[in-house]
Amino acid sequence: MTPMHVLNSYVGSPVERIEDLRLLRGKGQFVDDLTREGLLHAAILRSNVAHGRILSIETRDALDLPGVHAVLTAPDFGPSVPVIPLRLMPMPSLEPFAQPVIASDKVRYVGEPVAVVLAESAAIAEDALELIYAEIEPLPAIVDGTKAGDGQVLLVESSGTNEAAQYSALLGDVERAFQEAEYVRREKFRVHRHTALPMEPRGILAEWDQESERLVVWGAAKVPFANRRILAQQMGLAEEDIDMIENDVGGGFGVRGEFYPEDFLVPFAARLTGRPVKWIEDRREHLIATNHAREVDCEVEIACRKDGTILGLRGSAFVDMGAYLRTNGVIGPRNVAQFLVGPYLIPNVAVTASLMMTNKTPVGTYRGPGRYEADFFRERLFDMVARDLGIDRVEFRRRNLVPEDMIPYALPTVTPVEGRTQFDSGDYQATLARCLEEIGWDEKAALQGRLIDGRYHGLGIGCFVEGGGTGPRETARLVVEADGTLSVFVGTSAVGQGLETACAQIAADALEVPMERVRIYHGSTTYVREGFGSFHSRAVVMGGSAIQLAAEALKEKVREAGARHLGCSPDEARIVDWTAVTAGGKSVELAELAAEDLTAEHTFANTKHTYSYGAHAAHVAVDPKTGAVEVLDYLAVEDVGRAINPLTLHGQTIGAIVQGLGGTLLEHLIYDENGQLLTGSLADYMMPTASDYPNIRVVTLQLRPSPVNPLGAKGAGEGGIIPVGGVIANAVAAALAPFDVQPRELPLSPPRVWAMLKTAREGAIV
Amino acid sequence: MQVSMEINGKAVSIDVEPRMTLADCLRHHLGLTGTHVGCEHGVCGACTVMVDGAAMRSCLMLAVQADKAKVVTVEGLSCDEALSPLQAAFRKHHALQCGFCTPGMLTTAHALLSKEPQADETRVREVLSGNLCRCTGYTALVEAVLEARDAYQGGQEA
Ligand code: FES
Ligand code: FES
Repeated sequence: MTPMHVLNSYVGSPVERIEDLRLLRGKGQFVDDLTREGLLHAAILRSNVAHGRILSIETRDALDLPGVHAVLTAPDFGPSVPVIPLRLMPMPSLEPFAQPVIASDKVRYVGEPVAVVLAESAAIAEDALELIYAEIEPLPAIVDGTKAGDGQVLLVESSGTNEAAQYSALLGDVERAFQEAEYVRREKFRVHRHTALPMEPRGILAEWDQESERLVVWGAAKVPFANRRILAQQMGLAEEDIDMIENDVGGGFGVRGEFYPEDFLVPFAARLTGRPVKWIEDRREHLIATNHAREVDCEVEIACRKDGTILGLRGSAFVDMGAYLRTNGVIGPRNVAQFLVGPYLIPNVAVTASLMMTNKTPVGTYRGPGRYEADFFRERLFDMVARDLGIDRVEFRRRNLVPEDMIPYALPTVTPVEGRTQFDSGDYQATLARCLEEIGWDEKAALQGRLIDGRYHGLGIGCFVEGGGTGPRETARLVVEADGTLSVFVGTSAVGQGLETACAQIAADALEVPMERVRIYHGSTTYVREGFGSFHSRAVVMGGSAIQLAAEALKEKVREAGARHLGCSPDEARIVDWTAVTAGGKSVELAELAAEDLTAEHTFANTKHTYSYGAHAAHVAVDPKTGAVEVLDYLAVEDVGRAINPLTLHGQTIGAIVQGLGGTLLEHLIYDENGQLLTGSLADYMMPTASDYPNIRVVTLQLRPSPVNPLGAKGAGEGGIIPVGGVIANAVAAALAPFDVQPRELPLSPPRVWAMLKTAREGAIV
Repeated sequence: MQVSMEINGKAVSIDVEPRMTLADCLRHHLGLTGTHVGCEHGVCGACTVMVDGAAMRSCLMLAVQADKAKVVTVEGLSCDEALSPLQAAFRKHHALQCGFCTPGMLTTAHALLSKEPQADETRVREVLSGNLCRCTGYTALVEAVLEARDAYQGGQEA
């Protein structure tokens, strides 16, 4: 598909956002900002035991508390407690590991819902939680995914295993590649558990209308249509009887908007009581209830020729899934398997990823799912290999990047799910070259491993691809309103990424109108028939493509309507400024035509992914006395095909990099051996602050438009996070090269770096 | 308990439970939902409002403690349709994405620049480091606050 011509005034310009006008004045509308007449507040009692059998739950005292309306436990939800199905890549064999909306016989992680209190105020509901006595007989807890496979303790007895599934990514003949290789190396790596942490906690407000038997749910995000389908099924309603309303959303990053237990419990409670019910997650709850991510142990082996040409890659990853498989939990492991190769030409591949169940909070996707982890494993390994072979580490990468003339290039196929995908376009050498140039790689090379003012300096580099633009399809409907404005209804949703502005830019350009005349309506299920949401960097690519195509159709329609009025052929009719249609000196006002239902709808379908790509480099200084790593310079170069809004894209990329730096250097969800989360508040879970990483630079390129959509745009916004772990770890290794310190595990927190250095020094003395 | 405050220039008198935080009072009893609550334990700064000119975490303060105080929330930073210079700088530099941390960032920066209109980058970063933002990576926030300094010179409250 060749990119369509657009009058390029808004798309590609750093347009200030529409959203900002309300958000800056405190006039945004987040779910907790809403209230309803007769509102009840819900609070959820969560298990404080990681693994155990529920013996009894005593609720009488809680019920006696003035202001408490109801206390619900599993039996109140019917003869069998509904289970949350997998949204992505479901398989029957995974079903035993899906999460029930409330614990009935067993609890499997600290944070699992056990009871729901409904009360006149949130404070009373929380008071009542302390009056519920849940007797839970503890069972041994599994907290280490690599040991879950021994089967001594089972989370789900009926399944007979703690290994829920295994994905394989295969290409070529890996056995032969390793037999014939001149060089092989095997390494073990680990990425730790951390998570997205959007600043707004989750929340739901549900209202049941007894008369019409309809349900309205506010606080929907990310995938409202998919969640409506699940909820309708669980509640025995038709999908049309539920409206999911999207409000302003305080950050998504993969975790928000998936279907969680509360997404059933709250609407169910609203129908049961006949009163609107609101639940707002608090931060401690968030840290144990909302998806975690990223905890992977990986053993990986590489085969090369002496000249550095990679012949094969094989390995096995063990992904700690936590206690249940959540809606999108399988995506991380799947991506680890498929994207371990990154943007490199590796002809023979066999990588498996095992999904290990443990007694911890379940995991789901977090920005760059599986890719962040895989990039750390691969790029770290590459630096070790290049050193073994005596090849410069940049040169090693150059020799192995997929050459442009081999693109489209198919990645290893993942089984047992639909796992084929191919790179769509790219000049991978160009972004690497630009990255080296911008960071001043050659000039700074002399600093590596040098002690300057008490700190060791090092540089790191890594290359990456970022998948995006997932189908299957997205629909946009454009309507000419009587007042001459244009309404755009689209099925994708916003999670705080500026979707409204990007869609308005695309629509305004396609229709050739000022942006002020365009109104965007997105997310809620009331606007379009279906929608696939906001994940995998797809919202702008898919929604925007649908808008662009619908705009073409709308123009055609308006010309036809105008022509009918003016008695000419549509070809002769011209739209003037979206106020009138003219032909042969006559004209008719658009307002007049609007009475004829000037609406156009278009669905953009696509099964192919887009692949943004690029390289990151970092310059760090490591303090050997404290183990502290300072990022002196961080540079990201990414080709996104076509940037809809460089201002917002730039901001998203910087945000993603800082999230990645947090995940690499600070953030850690630490559990003790009983399955208790030790870093369960923002005082313990260290997020980056304004003083941590001031030196971030981003270069966004538009070298190779995507051939798979009419905008030429590629999914973007995750690329900033994907390579960070590998790049920083490589820089730390380079800084500490005099001691041969090789980071194999994240986070590179001061204690870990200090300990690595100590071990290395002691080893050297012995 | 009866509490009287001046909020965004208007006198308000309200009956609250002693245990009610100022944040809950503003949000759920006075309808000033621009002030956000991100942690309820004093770390994220989303709930920051100005109390008698100083930036305070309204989740850590009880409504009764604000008795007789002058409180300014994000809603009070600009009048009507126009953005204040600080807000406009936020927009220009794309210092907000989801906008959830924004009210706290604005009130914190406003309190800072009102007292220290010359604050340099290090100082701005130091003060903003008390507020968490998960979206922006802070670069644009710092740029926006630095640019807005001009409007605070000469002591006038922008
Ligand atoms: S809500 Fe007050 S500091 Fe986070
Ligand atoms: S803009 Fe989203 S948390 Fe700051």
